Amino acid sequence: MLHQIHERQRLQLLIGFLIGVIFGFLLHKGGITRYDVIIGQLLLEDFTVLKIMITAIITGKLGIHVMAHLGIAELHPKPGSIGSSILGGLIFGIGFGLLGYCPGTIAGAVGQGSGDAIFGGIGGIIVGMTFFAGFYPRLAHTVLAVGNFGELTIPQKMNVSPWIIAISVAVLLSLILFLIHVYR
Amino acid sequence: MQWLVMERWSPYTVGMGIGILSWAAFLLSNKPIGVSTAFARTAGMIERFLRGPRVLEKPYYKKFPPVIDWEWMLVIGIIFGSFLSALSGNTFHLQWVPDRWSEAISPSPFLRLIAAFIGGVFIGIGSRWAGGCTSGHGISGTMQLAVSSWLAVIFFFISGIATAAAVYRIFS
Repeated sequence: MLHQIHERQRLQLLIGFLIGVIFGFLLHKGGITRYDVIIGQLLLEDFTVLKIMITAIITGKLGIHVMAHLGIAELHPKPGSIGSSILGGLIFGIGFGLLGYCPGTIAGAVGQGSGDAIFGGIGGIIVGMTFFAGFYPRLAHTVLAVGNFGELTIPQKMNVSPWIIAISVAVLLSLILFLIHVYR
Repeated sequence: MQWLVMERWSPYTVGMGIGILSWAAFLLSNKPIGVSTAFARTAGMIERFLRGPRVLEKPYYKKFPPVIDWEWMLVIGIIFGSFLSALSGNTFHLQWVPDRWSEAISPSPFLRLIAAFIGGVFIGIGSRWAGGCTSGHGISGTMQLAVSSWLAVIFFFISGIATAAAVYRIFS
């Protein structure tokens, strides 16, 4: 039954939109569509962003691993490499610190009326991606391929059951969340 | 219905909501929630509009064709959902310079727009370089325990924390 839903393209566009509406609503109610809250996290003064991310990761992870185990959902881990994940992460972070929004929260910032998002950040992101599309052929087989590990997951890498990692990461993240909650 | 018009919700409520929403994305659409690819498709649409259909020959636009897809609709939804939340909490207003930036760095809208644009360029390049952003890697990828996502999100924050510290130390 779910497969039939997945194949209905127009319905999928509607589902994407509705999930986006709820996602945007939650991001805004959480306060993380605001520059002040995101930069507060990067300056290590306000831990709202990490609280939301860690709670979402724990909740999401337990649910999707149960669903994958029951065979009603498929996981799609992204491929990566040392050159792509680490260098890309570092470049992204420079923008994160300057712009104070990320691609998801900037869409939310547009919806709340932030002029710097609408007239600055969005245009910058699109220009940056146009540059990237231009020099992608020169990066694809060079730096992006360095230390390529493909669609690897932590349990595959460590050759253990996904449950062991899913539960240990949940415990570890809960502990971090507790420490943040108590000390911040 | 008092909770609906509250300006802010607890971060734990919001985090759980996003986690449960990601179950819905996997179940109903067989997809993780992600945002940055939609911006790459938009870049392709604009480039095709400005330079004609030959830009579709670019390998990156063959990998991510400039079309309206599930994720593109998700981003439109985010804008709309955030707008609804801002209306419900009565906080919607046009603001050029965020308070914190204005107090610590400069109240000039021009300077803020330039910084936001340059920051955006880095975000655009970095998110495509890493193959995802704070949503696709930071939330959806980490919950799938992907090695690529954990590496990427750790470096998003290391570099973001260093940059924010540098910006606020140098310019304020």
